Amino acid sequence: MRANVVTFLHKILRKDTLTSDANLLVVEAPEIAKKCKPGQFIILRIDERGERIPLSLADYDPKKGTITTIFLATGKTTQKLASMSEGDFIANVAGPLGTPSDIDHFGHVVLCGGGLGIAPLYPIAKALKNMRNKITVIIGARSKNLLFYEDELKSVSDQLYVTTDDGTKGKKGFVTDQLQELLAREKIDRVVAIGPAIMMKSVADATRPYGVRTVVSLNSIMVDGTGMCGACRVEVGGETKFTCVDGPEFDAHLVDFGLLMKRLNTYLAEEKRAKELCNKTSMGAH
Amino acid sequence: MVVRKTTVPMSQQDPDARIRNFDEVALGYSAEQAVEEAKRCLQCKDRPCVSGCPVEVDIPAFIRLIAEKRFTEAIRKIKETNNLPAICGRVCPQEEQCTKHCTLGKKFEPVAIGRLERFVADLELENGLPPVPRAKPSGKKVAVVGSGPAGLTAAADLAKLGHEVVLFEALHKAGGVLMYGIPNFRLPKEVVRAEVGYVMSLGVKLETDVVIGKLYSVDELLECFDAVFIGTGAGLPHFIGIPGENLPGIYSANEFLIRANLMKAYLFPEYDTPIKVGRRVVTVGGGNVAMDAARTALRLGAEESLILYRRTESEMPARIEEVKRAKEEGVKFQLLSQPVKILGSDCVQAIECIRMKLGEPDESGRRRPVPVKGSNFVLDTDLIVVAIGQGPNPLIPKCTPCLKTNSNGTIQVDEGTCMTSKGGVFAGGDIATGEATVIQAMSAGKRAAESIHEYITRKDRKATSS
Repeated sequence: MRANVVTFLHKILRKDTLTSDANLLVVEAPEIAKKCKPGQFIILRIDERGERIPLSLADYDPKKGTITTIFLATGKTTQKLASMSEGDFIANVAGPLGTPSDIDHFGHVVLCGGGLGIAPLYPIAKALKNMRNKITVIIGARSKNLLFYEDELKSVSDQLYVTTDDGTKGKKGFVTDQLQELLAREKIDRVVAIGPAIMMKSVADATRPYGVRTVVSLNSIMVDGTGMCGACRVEVGGETKFTCVDGPEFDAHLVDFGLLMKRLNTYLAEEKRAKELCNKTSMGAH
Repeated sequence: MVVRKTTVPMSQQDPDARIRNFDEVALGYSAEQAVEEAKRCLQCKDRPCVSGCPVEVDIPAFIRLIAEKRFTEAIRKIKETNNLPAICGRVCPQEEQCTKHCTLGKKFEPVAIGRLERFVADLELENGLPPVPRAKPSGKKVAVVGSGPAGLTAAADLAKLGHEVVLFEALHKAGGVLMYGIPNFRLPKEVVRAEVGYVMSLGVKLETDVVIGKLYSVDELLECFDAVFIGTGAGLPHFIGIPGENLPGIYSANEFLIRANLMKAYLFPEYDTPIKVGRRVVTVGGGNVAMDAARTALRLGAEESLILYRRTESEMPARIEEVKRAKEEGVKFQLLSQPVKILGSDCVQAIECIRMKLGEPDESGRRRPVPVKGSNFVLDTDLIVVAIGQGPNPLIPKCTPCLKTNSNGTIQVDEGTCMTSKGGVFAGGDIATGEATVIQAMSAGKRAAESIHEYITRKDRKATSS
């Protein structure tokens, strides 16, 4: 660690729009970049009035001292984040948080990414590839224009499949359709799935009959990220766990996805209110 | 001179008005009121009140200075041993400490020591803190982990001794439980900010957003610092362990209060963090935190706020004053009741409870509540806050080799020196003792600072003599 600690500043070094609503940010965070491991995440707060939101990491570079996050501009905070520019500062970034992914030589690992979940697959795939695993990646989105990170993931995989709900690219259908096919014809030692809760649940249901060890990374609502509040609690194998410290990765076959989905919907009404107000104010400013 | 038998009352916000805001309830003394109250002090030679103070403030001395209207000297006197007087004056349970031993209290009402402490502390904060002369640098560095009452106190005392102190805080604001836990209406956040500012003015460096155990390990800290103090508090919420407890609409008290206090969710949507506003809120528990939660729920707009507690009011661990204020504000109490199940499909809809009766005393000396068979009843509710206490946060103990813990997860320490099983590492406050009060954590911070000073200077002497 640094001998002389000074206040951390988190400058946005690069900002890209990947799809109509997915944004990529490269943020200066040298200490976090040095410590980050696959599967970990950060919590950031944009400004004094901001909420603390967990974001998964799509990449990190200890040499350059940067972390990369990809997020959808769907809520008030993420919209605000999307409206920031290169050179702007983010008030607070805490991390790396959560327990890192289990990286080992498993054999053949299939990594499934749905929507935004495609992003955090990259560091996991990279690390697993380094451990001489055979890597198969399946990424899926509603439509072709919502896909991203295909080249990055291709570079760390032995085979890559694309699915789109509307058939505009790759196989028409869901990630699980492709996975079903692979499960039927190939020997798979491990499956990692990251994406919307419903997609992770489908993956769990698909692999269960085959008895393939399946890991999912949960996207629970969080506040502090250090196990202090229990906002992110989930039930895994009948036990209450905190996603922020015990996870975010859990055994997919033991996760109560129904409860996870209910808890993810806790603030739907409030989010709507906040967005309406946000849009009204930004309209007034024009 | 005839001594006034009762304490000078302190004005407070009217209950009807205050349940609509988050401003402080107790408004403090005026100078005249403070002097009048200070004059009640008998100035006992044997100073029984001091023996009740965990940080040994010279109480009669500062009270005499107030009686003589020498307010600046009074606050100096307090600050000789207490770094956070504006906080202690508000949240210390004086009735169990200093005022419990007040000689005047044997016949009449005791001197309102806390109110007097608060008065001079606030006066200093209002007038701006005088610059503090920096101590001569010792060349030693100490890492303090956690910026709650234990960490702030240890940091301040170590800085006063000339050591370079870096204070690490996992959240984005310093203050720990003072900032995230205790509501603004009981402890205004500007008071906490000002007291933290005082600690910084002593030369302490603050690093927010650093989760020790994640960004840096304790071992890494030991490579850069001569000693490490762990004061990470009781940050592991306990849940009841009944079916339905993970449904949306059920908060731990920690989450409910962090959202409301630290994240200012009561100002949503101007502030971005949302919070559920229940119509009928049930808070489970009988401590100060439960009172804080129940009163916060009312202020957020709940139509009804109910405390559910398994014993009777006399066994409640909350301060009498807090229970009284909660009642004034309209908080209802459902006593001798224990939750057994939470009902609801997509979110909480009701809580099923069983009636209790008091049986034989348990190990805590309080009569044990026993369920009354077949007495189950259901309360409709749309928001539940679980405030039944918390354990030590396991994040650091889990990932620090050679740091021994007790069976309840607290870090093993020598009570006198706050030394842990790991060389150069000290711990104090709730992480070492389990859940206790702000002032007890401060007292541990003080003891730790003393023994850390002893440890790092002795290490130095050894090095020069060898």
